[in-house]
Amino acid sequence: MNGGLALFVGAPLAGTAACFVLARFQGAQRAVALACSTAVTIASVVLLVHVDTTGPVTTSMGGWPEAISITFVADRLGALMLVIGNVMMLAVLVYAVAQRSSDERSPWYAPAYLALIAGVSGAFLAGDLFNLFVCFEILLMSSYVLLTLEGSDDQIRSGTTYVVLNVVESLVLVTAVALVFATTGTLSMAELPDRLAALPDGVALGLSLLLLVAFGLKAAVFPLFSWLPDSYPAAPSPVSAVFAGLLTKVGVYAILRTQTQWFPDTNRTLLLVIAAATMVVGVLGAIAQSDIKRILSFHIVSQIGYMIAGIALGGVAAVAAVVFFVIHQVPAKTSLFLVDGVVEQEQGTSALDRLSGLARRSGALAALFLLPALSLAGIPPFSGFVAKLGIVTVGLDRGEWWIVGVALVVSILTLVSMMKIWTGAFWGADDPDDRPGLLRHHPLMSAVTAFVVALTIAIAVFAGPIYGFAERTAGDLVATSAPATGGGAP
Amino acid sequence: MSVTQAGLLAVLVSVGTFLVLHRSLTRIILGIGMLGNAVNLLILTVGSTPGEVPIVGSSGADRMTDPVPQALVLTAIVIGLAVVAFLLSMAYRSWTIDGNDVVEDDLSDRRIAAEPDVTQDFGDET
Repeated sequence: MNGGLALFVGAPLAGTAACFVLARFQGAQRAVALACSTAVTIASVVLLVHVDTTGPVTTSMGGWPEAISITFVADRLGALMLVIGNVMMLAVLVYAVAQRSSDERSPWYAPAYLALIAGVSGAFLAGDLFNLFVCFEILLMSSYVLLTLEGSDDQIRSGTTYVVLNVVESLVLVTAVALVFATTGTLSMAELPDRLAALPDGVALGLSLLLLVAFGLKAAVFPLFSWLPDSYPAAPSPVSAVFAGLLTKVGVYAILRTQTQWFPDTNRTLLLVIAAATMVVGVLGAIAQSDIKRILSFHIVSQIGYMIAGIALGGVAAVAAVVFFVIHQVPAKTSLFLVDGVVEQEQGTSALDRLSGLARRSGALAALFLLPALSLAGIPPFSGFVAKLGIVTVGLDRGEWWIVGVALVVSILTLVSMMKIWTGAFWGADDPDDRPGLLRHHPLMSAVTAFVVALTIAIAVFAGPIYGFAERTAGDLVATSAPATGGGAP
Repeated sequence: MSVTQAGLLAVLVSVGTFLVLHRSLTRIILGIGMLGNAVNLLILTVGSTPGEVPIVGSSGADRMTDPVPQALVLTAIVIGLAVVAFLLSMAYRSWTIDGNDVVEDDLSDRRIAAEPDVTQDFGDET
């Protein structure tokens, strides 16, 4: 497996280059993109099984010693996120190719999308802090392109906020990198836990807060979330689906690593307060909106709060709950945006006051919306129930009653806002002004949506084994202050 | 760390922050350029002590400066260049669309804030 990890970044980047060369041949571009994405997805599943059975894998680029080379490390958490991310990106790519939106027909869509795959994969495998920053930049850069590909007034307006805020976030991250290097003399994720533990408390606190601001903006936590509900709805549905499912989770992944491995037992109260505020503000924002995409975008923020709450509680049980929450959240969120994509393509809008009675026209589509919506709200027996149960149980064990209360109330409010979409768009009488008949769309679009919804249901059905895996992952993260690299290449 | 470098950092960061807080995208881009330079300078300032050029064979290893911060800065400069280029193209696009490059507020947010009664709105849809 030596050198193999570099392929998860290298293959999509090579595909990007190929797509630039093939800019005039859309068919070839699509073939390259689909082939690359499929290959990386299959390889990531193989990697996950390998890592789970035989331990972490490390690759040092160019054969340099680990201390000075660019390293990629796949431990359980990294490999798991890699699988989730790549499965979702492949599903959304197939959906986008089937939809043939004006965006997807642009010759720059495929290269930007492949670069996004490279960036996301790299971020989950990065073995040092600077490498993580570079992979963040790759995925951000391609997200800027995907978000503003049409160049319409609306996209430029909301894209500007998104780009400027993320650039500022990058500057904060580089500052943190510089200070971490200055204080510890290393950027390797394997060595940092020990070195950071040796620092004076005040210095470590400062570094942890800097990193929290940088990653918190990416994850859209409470005071730093305002860019998200503004920018995601402006993107075409497949793009916002993959952003919604994945990009904020990359931030959560980074917070999870830094807070549990590098700065254990710091900032707990701060994180709990941030988590509660994120949940409440997100869900209240969702209730106030009257557009499917905007409601769903505010939900992303609200759900991030649960994950931050789990990270704040700390310990194996809480981290396992967070890992399971991420596993549940990514497909659930993505599928809702995919359903919205079908609605928007047919109706030309996702504004609730212009939609009605969609369930009469396509019962299957309504079901595909309802299942993940109920799952997000945490209704048993769906995966969201298991995920929230995990976090609530830990909260009760620790005696943090108020965060449990907030989490439960927010669950109910989530259900309220989901029902707002349901009654506004799917229920009610068929609008006589609308074109009659079924919702017309490419069958592959609903097939992909059904596949992603089936994934969320499978997560509920196989919750036991998946939770077991989440606990092993959490055990790795919490027990060893030094992650992954110790195992070395098999 | 020299006082000159620290002073330059302070100036770059304060001017950059001031510019980023403006509404005009052109000024924001200039501010981001300033902040980017400030951060790069920070890496060099805090990351290594002054020394000889770090080229093997040109001087003793103990007298060389640490090359790692320089490698980091090099990467950060390249990324910064790409980001500024992208932002400039967005500013240009914004200018071709409506003749200015002002960063506007979230439209839907303002619309919802202007709604007199949210419950009324909720009732209409059910």
